[in-house]
This record gives sequence, C-alpha cells and structure tokens, in this order.
Amino acid sequence: MSSLNGQLTPPDPGPGASAFPNLTMVADHAAKHTAEHAAGHTAEHAAAAVRLTDVSKVYGQGRRALLALDRVSLSVAPGEFVCLIGASGCGKSTLLSLVAGLDSPTSGQIDTSGLKVTLMFQEPALFPWLTAARNVELALRGPGISKAERRARALDLLETVHLGGFGGKRPHELSGGMRQRVAMARSLAQDADVLLMDEPFGALDAMTRDLLHDELERICAERTLSVLFVTHNVREAARLGDRVIVLSSRPGRVIEEYDVPRNEPRRIDSFDVAELASTITDRLREEMSRHGN
Amino acid sequence: MATDLQSAAITGLDKLELGPPPPAAEPGRLARRAWASLWPKLLAIALVLAIWQLVILTGWKHYVIKGPGPVFADLWGQMQHLQLWQIIEVTMRTAAVGYLLALVIGSVAGVLVARIPPLRAAVGSIITGLQTMPSIAWVPFAIIIFGENESAILFVVILGAAPSIANGLITGVDYTPPLLLRAGKTMGLHGFALYRYLILPASLPAYVAGMKQGWAFAWRSLMAGELVVQIIGQFSIGQQLSVDQQNLDFAGASSIIIVILVIGIVVDGLFTKADLTIRRRRGLLDNAF
Repeated sequence: MSSLNGQLTPPDPGPGASAFPNLTMVADHAAKHTAEHAAGHTAEHAAAAVRLTDVSKVYGQGRRALLALDRVSLSVAPGEFVCLIGASGCGKSTLLSLVAGLDSPTSGQIDTSGLKVTLMFQEPALFPWLTAARNVELALRGPGISKAERRARALDLLETVHLGGFGGKRPHELSGGMRQRVAMARSLAQDADVLLMDEPFGALDAMTRDLLHDELERICAERTLSVLFVTHNVREAARLGDRVIVLSSRPGRVIEEYDVPRNEPRRIDSFDVAELASTITDRLREEMSRHGN
Repeated sequence: MATDLQSAAITGLDKLELGPPPPAAEPGRLARRAWASLWPKLLAIALVLAIWQLVILTGWKHYVIKGPGPVFADLWGQMQHLQLWQIIEVTMRTAAVGYLLALVIGSVAGVLVARIPPLRAAVGSIITGLQTMPSIAWVPFAIIIFGENESAILFVVILGAAPSIANGLITGVDYTPPLLLRAGKTMGLHGFALYRYLILPASLPAYVAGMKQGWAFAWRSLMAGELVVQIIGQFSIGQQLSVDQQNLDFAGASSIIIVILVIGIVVDGLFTKADLTIRRRRGLLDNAF
C-alpha cells in the first residue's frame, strides 16, 4: 500500500492497482511531499483555477489549539472536476470555507487567480421568504442589471436546472432535490468560474442524487466550470471526479490522489466507478484504522 | 436522446415528489374552519357569563354588582351615543401615535444593539430590564417631566412598548441561521445589503412577535396613563373609566372594560394574523393547522 509515513518514496501501486487498468494513481501525499508534488505539477499549477500551497488551519490557541488542516497543497485546473474525500474530521468543509474566502488560513497561500468563486452547501440555504425565482435574482443583484433583466435571467437559469415552471414557488413548496437545483441555479447566477460544493447531494435519496449527478455533469460541461466537490460518498467521488483527492483525518492532509479517465458515459453503477470506489474505500479504511490503534 | 430522457426523468421525479395537486376546496370548508375557530371562543364567553350570573345569584355585593343583562344594556345604550365613539377615537389616536413612535425607537435601538457589540454589553440587559417595569410606575415620573398632558401618556406608552419591539428584533437578528449568513456572504452580501436582504427579513417572525408583545404593553401602559393623567378638555377611555369609578357606576365601568378588552383582542388578532401569514409563507406551519 501507499506510504503514509511521509518518506519521499515513489508511490506503491498496491495489490489492487493492477486489477484497475483505468485507474491511475498520481501521487502519494504525506505532508512532507508537498514541495515535491508541487514541483512535479508545475505546468498544471501554472494554469490552475484554484491553487492551495501549504495551507494550514488551526482553531483555538495554546493547549486547546486544534490543527484542522496541515500543509495542504492541491490545485484545480480550469474546467477540472476535483473531488475531495475523507473520513470525519479531515477538514474538507474547512478547506472549502478557506477557498471561498469565508475564513482565513493560519498559514499558507490560496490563489484563485482572480476568478469568481461560489460555494454550494449540503443544505440548499435558500431564503425561505423569497420565491425560487427571487432567490436566484438576489444573486444577480448588482449595478447595471435592470429588474426585468434580472427576472429574465433568473427564469433562464431555473430553466437550465429544469425548474422553469417553479419560479413562483417558495422553498418549502419544493422537494429536496428541487431546492438543491434552485441553489445550483443561484450559484450559476453568480457567474462564477469556480464552483465549490460541500456535500451538495448528501441529504438526497439515491435516485435523486443519481439524476443530479447527470445534471451537474451537463451544466459543468456547458459552462466550463472548475469544481472542487467535497463528499463523504466514495462512489459519488468516483462517478463525478476527473481527479479524486483523499484527505487524512485530524489533521487533514492530502494522502492520495487518483486520476480518473473520462470513459463516457460514466454512471454510479458502472464497473470502472465501482472499482475506483473500492480502491478509495480501502485507502480510507486504512486511514481510519490508523486512528483506532 | 439521452438528454431528453434525463430531462423527462427529472420532471417525472419532481412530479412524484411533489405529489398530486391539492384537491379543490370543497363547498362549506371555509365555513367549517371558521366555526372550528369560533366555537371555543364562544364557549369561553359563555363560561364567563355563566360564572358572572352565578355570582349575581349568590347575592354577593348585590347593591353594587350588576349582572350581564344590565351591563350589556348599558353598553348598548352607550353605543347609541357619540360620546363613546369620541373617547374611543381619542384613545386610539394616542395608541397609534405612541405605538408608531415606540416602533421607530424600538427598531432603531434593536438594530443598533444587535449590530454593535459594545452597545449590547452596555444596554442589552437594560432593555430587558425595562420590559419588566410595571408601566404604572412610569406615570408619576412622566407627569413630573411633562406635566398632565398627552406627552406624559405617550412617554409611558413608548417606554412600555419599545423594549419589547427592540428585544424582538435583537432576538431575530441573533437567531438568523448561520448557514444563511454564509450563503449571503458567498453571494456578496455585506454591510447594509446583508441587513437589507438577509438579516432583517430573516428576523421578521421574531420582530413581529416583539411587535405583538409591544402592542400588549402599549395598550396596558396607555390605560394606566389615561387613568392617572387627567387632560382637561380631552376625554378618553381611561378617563371615562375613572369617572365611572368615582360614580360607583358598575354597569358603566363594566361597559368600558368590555370596550378595552375588545379593542385589545382585535388588535392582537391582527398581529396574530400577520404572524401566521409570515410563518405559513415560510413553511413554518403545518398545512393542517
């Protein structure tokens, strides 16, 4: 299995790797690998939409200080879909908050190349006093856009997520999946280049989630969005990601990256997805067992 | 083709999740709901009248206390005269002016205290403390400052209502869900825009609850003020009650008490209606409610 002890050793493909010809393990990350990894991806970093360099985040002070993220370095290329996965306490959500600018890192650098970044949450976080259309319109608020234009663009965006006839409905009148699509339309309204998604489909049933995966894939392809997608669901990560990054827990460190070849059409129950999910699950179990000893 | 199928699947799933459209209102449903809401109130009134009549039948203080019959006859008689409507007008005008001033002062104080932490530390507990002050205690203080005039009554009304309104708003701001705040910030809402589009609308249910409580305090304070502060040439509900007390006119005093009760209940009902509308719009009420 891959090294976890921070030694600068080439990654061991592991016993399972030969069985998965479509899976390419890119690098084995421990904290000390950061510099080497960064150097090895210079070209990718040069064009990165999001780049984190040695980012650490500490909550609290003194003896009560908690290291949530430890020298995390990663990048997302323009148009790339990167999934972040890890067990509880790996700091996935913290990492997204830092990239979204809602919080500041204790050390390290976050560069979004001046691109517009938006964040979607596990809950739709729609404003319950506004209709679906008004929720989207609020994100379009700004100088130079007339009210009529805002309304038209909001309805267009709702149409994009197949909610054309539901603009007048309030959030509580919609299903969970519909609310999350309104939230997606609201994110798209911000005309962002980078979409950060914090377990956006975590609260949905499997059927709805499956359909929304297709929807998200279509929308990202249409708009060339760079996506950093956090999930607990290994299959979801394998289904959606161009790359899957595995984080360790307490503190969060990048311990593994998997390049996922684009074999279209990819489905949640396809063989390739299942194989990759199995590999990632093994890696996560290994990481979790480290905390049990 | 696949996209068409995907689109159809999503539309189909939406329809399944939303369920069938609600059935058309059956005839008489509105009347049944109105009756369901009305009969407990009628029962309560009937119980009060029955107890009142029982007291009369016991003969307790029969030389003063009158039964429901004479009292309602007196009220009906007063309703035929302009004077009752004039005193109601005077009192309601004072109530409206006092409450509106309390609304402005309470709202400004609420926003400032919620937004500025040192101000909250300094006066937050004082606002809560003011709520517990009996309004009658302010009346002598108001007369010393303003003399026996309308300003003294308004002062008491404002001090009675403004703390509840401010506290309602502060509670609403405090209870704005952090997730919505995060969502607002990711949409670029900051400073005034954050308050205008997110925090104040999110605070509305608690704010309306504070306004409702503020009205109850304002009405009580107004009655206390009118009972004590005698304004020459301006006859109000409180002053009429005071006159009835001096004349030992049980029926007259009871009629005015009923007027005070009815006005208080009607205005409170308007706030309750507003509160229910807001909660229903936000999905905070069970549809069966």
